[in-house]
Amino acid sequence: MSAATDLPAAPTRWRIFARGKGAIAGAAILVVLLLLALAGSVVAPFDPDKVGAGATMAMPGGTHWMGTDELGRDVFSRILIGIKVSLLVGLGAAAVSTGLGVVVGGVAGFSGGLIDDALMRITEVFQVIPRFFLAVLLVAFFGASIVNIIAAIAILSWPEVARIVRAEFLSLRSRQFVDAARVAGASVGTLIFVEILPNALGPVVVNATLQVGQAMLLEAGLSYLGLGDPSQISLGLMLHQAQQIMRAAWWTTAFPGAMIFLAVLSLNLVGDGLNDVLNPRSRGR
Amino acid sequence: MSLRPSLLLYVARRLLQAVPLVFVIILINFFLIHAAPGDPVDFLVGTMEATPEYLEGLRREFGLDQPLPVQLWRYVSKIAVLDMGYSLRFRQPVFELIMSRLPATLLLMGTALVVSSIVGILLGVAAARRPHTATDHAATFVALAGYSMPVFWLGQLLLIAFSLHLNWFPTQGMYDLRAPSDGWGRIVDVAHHLVLPALTYSVYHLALVYRLMRVKMQETLALDYVTTARAKGVPERRVVYVHALRNAVLPIVTVIGLNFGFMLAGSVLTETVFAWPGMGRLLYEGIQGRDYPVLMGLFTCLSVMVILVNIITDVVYAVIDPRVVYR
Repeated sequence: MSAATDLPAAPTRWRIFARGKGAIAGAAILVVLLLLALAGSVVAPFDPDKVGAGATMAMPGGTHWMGTDELGRDVFSRILIGIKVSLLVGLGAAAVSTGLGVVVGGVAGFSGGLIDDALMRITEVFQVIPRFFLAVLLVAFFGASIVNIIAAIAILSWPEVARIVRAEFLSLRSRQFVDAARVAGASVGTLIFVEILPNALGPVVVNATLQVGQAMLLEAGLSYLGLGDPSQISLGLMLHQAQQIMRAAWWTTAFPGAMIFLAVLSLNLVGDGLNDVLNPRSRGR
Repeated sequence: MSLRPSLLLYVARRLLQAVPLVFVIILINFFLIHAAPGDPVDFLVGTMEATPEYLEGLRREFGLDQPLPVQLWRYVSKIAVLDMGYSLRFRQPVFELIMSRLPATLLLMGTALVVSSIVGILLGVAAARRPHTATDHAATFVALAGYSMPVFWLGQLLLIAFSLHLNWFPTQGMYDLRAPSDGWGRIVDVAHHLVLPALTYSVYHLALVYRLMRVKMQETLALDYVTTARAKGVPERRVVYVHALRNAVLPIVTVIGLNFGFMLAGSVLTETVFAWPGMGRLLYEGIQGRDYPVLMGLFTCLSVMVILVNIITDVVYAVIDPRVVYR
C-alpha cells in the first residue's frame, strides 16, 4: 500500500469552517437575524410607528412581548425594523469602505515607489485621527441622514482594508503568473482586478465581515449620542430614546441592545471561522 | 536607565513629524466650516442666539470676507495660540472649557486602563497555561462577547441593575453634594461614583488585552529559552511570571497606543451614560446644543492627545525593549 492512500482526505472548506462550533452558531444567528430583517414588516405584530399600540411603558408580556415604550409603541415591532436599518448601515458602510480600500491598497501595492509612498502617508494620517470623533463632526456638520452616516463610517474604515490589500499585492505582484499575464499584454486594470485581486480576497472577505459588525457598533454609538437619522428606526436610535425612560422601563434598552450584541457577536464568530478557512497560516490559534 | 542621545533625537524627530498631522486636523475643521451646508459664521457661533454686532465681529476676526487662503492663515494662527473660539452656550472660551473637563476623563480612563490591563494580562496568562481546556474556551468566548457589545448598552444595564434596583452605587455624576468636599470623605465619595463607569469602560479593553495576551503568551511559552529555564529546574511559576511574562507583555504597550482613539470613544459613551463630568459628557452636550466650536475644539484636542499617546508608547516601547532600533 502506498503512503499516499494512508493520508486522510484533505478537509473541505466547509469542514474547516464547521470545525469551529462558534462559527456555525454565529452563522445560524446571522441567518435568523437576516430573515427577521427581510420579513420584519410582514411579521411585525404592530405598526412600529403607531403611537398607543398598547399602554405606555407596558411591561413585556402577552400581546407586547418586549413591552411598549413611552408613547405606547410596540418595542418588538420597532426592533424588527431596527435590525433591518442597522444591518443596512453595517453592510452599506462595509461595502463602501472595502471598495475604497481595495482600490487604494491595490493601486499602492501594485505601483510601488512614489505612488505607494504617497497613498500610504494619506492612509496613515487617517489611521491616527480618532475616527469616532471625526464621524461625530461629519454627521453633526452635514446632517444626520442615513446616507451621511454610512459615508462617515466608510470614510473612517477604509485605511485598514487598504493596508491589508497593499500587503497582499506587494507579495503577489512579482509572482510568475502575474508576469505571464503582463507578457501576454494584459492592461494594468486587468492585472490588478483579474489577476491579483482574486488571490488577495481571503483577508479582505474576513475583514469585511468584521467591519459590518464594527460599523453597526459605530452607528449605535453615533445614534446614542443623538446623531442618528431621526426618520429611520435603527437599534441605536432606540437606545438613544430609551436613555430618558430606561430607569422606569428597562426593556426599552435591554432588547434593542441585545439585538446589536447578537448581530455583532455572530459577525465576529463568522469572521473568525472564515479566517480559519481563508488564511491557513493563522489556523489553530 | 540612562537616556541615550539617540533616544532624545528619536523623540525630537517624532514630535517634528507630528506637526503636519496636527495641521491636517486643523485643515479638516476649516474644511468642515466651509464645506458644510450653511453660512460659515453659524458654525463659528453654534446655534445660540447672537447679536448682529457679535456676528459682525466674528466675520471680521476670521476674515470671512477675505479670500480662503487668508481665512485659513487666520484660523491656523488662532489655533496655534490655543484660541479655539468661544462657546456662547457655556459662556467660556472653548479651550478652557475642555481643559476643565480633562481631569475627570483622565481619572476614569486611567483607573479603567490600569485595572483592566492587569486583570487582562493575568487572565491571558492563565488561559495560555491551559490551552484548549473548557476554561480557556469559556474565557475566550466571554472575551469575544465583551468585544461585541455596545459599551454604553452595558453601562445602561449595569446602571439599571446595580444603581436602580440594588441601590449599591449612585446613578450619575462624580460626587454627592452632601458628601464631604475634601479629605478622605471626598476620595471615598468619588471612588464610589467611579465604580460603575470604570467597570463599564474596562470590559472592552479587558477583552482586547486578554485576547492578545493569550496568543502572545502561548507563543512565548513555546520558545527555546523557556524550555531551557524549565530544563534547568526553575520553578514553573517563576518561568511563567518572570521569564515568559516579561517578553509577552511588551505588545500590550503598543496595543494601548494603537487603540487610544477607540478608547477615547468608549470613554465618551460611558461618560454619557453615567453623566460623568468629563470631555465625553461635554461632547454629548455639544451635540445636543449643536455647539460647533466645542465640537471642533474637542476634535482638535482629542486628536492631539492621540498623536501624543502614539509617540509616547513608541518611546516607552523603545526604552523597555532594547532590541528596538530607532530610525
